[in-house]
Amino acid sequence: MREILELLERDAHLSHDTIATMTGLPVEQVAAQVAQWQATGVIRRYTAVVDWDRAAAAGEDSIPEIVTAFIDVSVAPARSVGFDDVAQRISRFPEVRSIYLVSGGHDLRCTVTGRSIRAVSDFVSQKLSTIERVRATATHFVLKAYKRDGVAFAEPEADHRLRVTP
Amino acid sequence: MKPLNDVITACPPSGIRRFFDIAAEMDDVISLGVGEPDFVTPWRIREAGIYALENGYTTYTSNAGLPKLRRLICADLAARYDAHYAWDTDCLITTGVSEGLDLALRVLLNPGDEVIVPEPCYVAYEPCVRFAGGVPVRVPTRWEDDFAVDAARVAEAVTPRTKAILLGSPANPTGAVQPRSSLEALVALARERDLYLVSDEIYDRLTYEGHHTCLGALPGARERTVVLGGFSKAQAMTGWRVGWICAPEAVASLCVRVHQYTMLCAPHVSQLAAVEALEHAEDDVAAMVADYDRRRRVFVKGLRELGLDCPEPAGAFYAFPSVRRSGLDSETFAERLLHEHQVAVVPGDVFGPSGEGHVRCSYATALPLLEEALERMGRFLASLR
Repeated sequence: MREILELLERDAHLSHDTIATMTGLPVEQVAAQVAQWQATGVIRRYTAVVDWDRAAAAGEDSIPEIVTAFIDVSVAPARSVGFDDVAQRISRFPEVRSIYLVSGGHDLRCTVTGRSIRAVSDFVSQKLSTIERVRATATHFVLKAYKRDGVAFAEPEADHRLRVTP
Repeated sequence: MKPLNDVITACPPSGIRRFFDIAAEMDDVISLGVGEPDFVTPWRIREAGIYALENGYTTYTSNAGLPKLRRLICADLAARYDAHYAWDTDCLITTGVSEGLDLALRVLLNPGDEVIVPEPCYVAYEPCVRFAGGVPVRVPTRWEDDFAVDAARVAEAVTPRTKAILLGSPANPTGAVQPRSSLEALVALARERDLYLVSDEIYDRLTYEGHHTCLGALPGARERTVVLGGFSKAQAMTGWRVGWICAPEAVASLCVRVHQYTMLCAPHVSQLAAVEALEHAEDDVAAMVADYDRRRRVFVKGLRELGLDCPEPAGAFYAFPSVRRSGLDSETFAERLLHEHQVAVVPGDVFGPSGEGHVRCSYATALPLLEEALERMGRFLASLR
């Protein structure tokens, strides 16, 4: 069962038929299992990993600029909820793509996207920093993405094999 | 000019070579003709090789190879297959199984000794026997039997000159894995007729159905068995040229003797990369093996849906379907499939006469390409009707 999730996480396009063949499970079982995962939220949704820089470079002129920043947030914890209430509150903003409670110098690490550096800055200064119990933020703008979600954005390595070998 | 070496002159060039020459000229070819992984060597292994170069490990090693690597190999064989070899006396590092095979045969054979070679088999087996002064004696295997080697048929081929039996399991080109019972029968025969066994186990980790049996671990086999293995397939390290021989000390020490004069040692950098492969790359290997298995299932199912009889390939990364229903012989099938639909497969007869009627398809190819190849093969088969 875990294998089905791993396969879908790598390629959500795989058909139930193909997954059934790959795993040796009956296709009905695969379909029922996937449906159950979707219903119970184990599978949250299916997405594509998009290399926006490449899309822009390919001359897709309608591609808007997207600015990404990692924002570390220091939070004063509160009795009985810890950081959860603040994290929930931050996570409701659509600009926030991900948010984690982390060890180290800060408490929460968020990924935030916006249409411009200004938009992200405004979000941090006006929305994030003003939330009660948020004590400090540190913003790191992304300059270039090399790898995301296990996908390297560099050119894939060429196949150097000869066409026919023993 | 005086004539060149008779044995080598008489040895025909590999039938694979001709296909390579055709395929290399063509555009938009999907190649199922490649006998090596489509994965690049896992990064941690490459990184260890780079580190070795940066730090100047550019020297010879001892003839037998780095002690650390030999210890790791012997520990791995013991843990995985219950096969027990002493790293310092029974194990040496070679430049791939290819050199290992050559060394083993040179050490085992006297001029005119016969070596029984079940076929279809890897293209180098017979030439290597001849280059070592031996005489290969073919014993056919049949796809109806999943290419299992029948010890009774082997016994019929034994003569007073027979010295050894040479086999590979899992096998190139058939993907067949010899059942343990067949191997035990061969060991019994070898003991009865005092024969050596040379076991090419380069695909050991690529066993998908059941478990790999190391021939050297079977009761009574060790004293007369040479086990050949390496890093090319499971660790995707073909170009590093690094493998090993494990054998009883009497054989291993003579292999080192030939190796020390002809090869001196396997490349130092490759040996250090192999150390990394055994110490830290197990997860990478497991991921690649799982991927091969998934492709195998998809590809074999696809072949069968095209109406081709395909024996279940339990190991390696080859399917060996019968193309007899197409009405074409192997060569014609492969040649026309390449010219008319740009899919390269290898005609089965280049691996021995029992391969006639089959083609070797490597599924060490990305899944979308395998699916496209199946579609093209389907169009080809439809065009023949």
